[in-house]
Amino acid sequence: MANTVGFAHAASTQLDDTARSLFGDAPIETGRVTVKMPPIAENGYSVPIDISVESPMTADDHVTRIAIISERNPVATIAQFHLSPQSGLAHVSTRIRLAGTQDVLVVAEMNDGSLWSATTEIVVTLAACIIL
Amino acid sequence: MSGIRIAAPKTATPGQVIELKALIQHPMESGFRRGSRGEEIPRNIIKIFECLYDDSVVFQADFFPSVSANPFLTFHLRATHSATLEFRWTDQHGVESSQKSELTVE
Repeated sequence: MANTVGFAHAASTQLDDTARSLFGDAPIETGRVTVKMPPIAENGYSVPIDISVESPMTADDHVTRIAIISERNPVATIAQFHLSPQSGLAHVSTRIRLAGTQDVLVVAEMNDGSLWSATTEIVVTLAACIIL
Repeated sequence: MSGIRIAAPKTATPGQVIELKALIQHPMESGFRRGSRGEEIPRNIIKIFECLYDDSVVFQADFFPSVSANPFLTFHLRATHSATLEFRWTDQHGVESSQKSELTVE
């Protein structure tokens, strides 16, 4: 794996390929992104995810885009958020479906084009494989 | 589309960052499920959520089939002036649903 890819265990090509298709070839660093998800989800239908990105959210320095990417879901991109300095705080929560135990990658794009990420492993007991 | 629930403060101080919550009742049918006779259940999802502050988009979410049914969002907004907040969902057929909320900044 090329060292330009920030997330260390990028064994999954789905995570890597999807991040590249959404954000291009710029290096993806690890950090500045905090993801809160339950370590074990009993139901893959509805898993809460809470994302916050370290940023002052000023006109000069703000988050423009956040993407949630799945390692195993049939459609890899789960959701994408577009923010602006008017957002004031780079903090978003929602509920997602997960087709089984996997890594979830969250990538944040800053207004200077830099990319930051966090990878979170989650165990899903009732996998939403067929039922997704 | 219907069944919208919004949690937005009515008042804020200038520069205050407020929390907004938005939920809409929608099956978000992924298109990967099959019915009892094995037939494919067609995809039926909301594609875009937008929050407009004084008629300009300040937050947008793009939804894909992996967003749960009855999509729920929490996000933030820096209140700078009194204006109308509009919460707008657009489904895959372009059908829009929206609800408005007045924000007073003083």
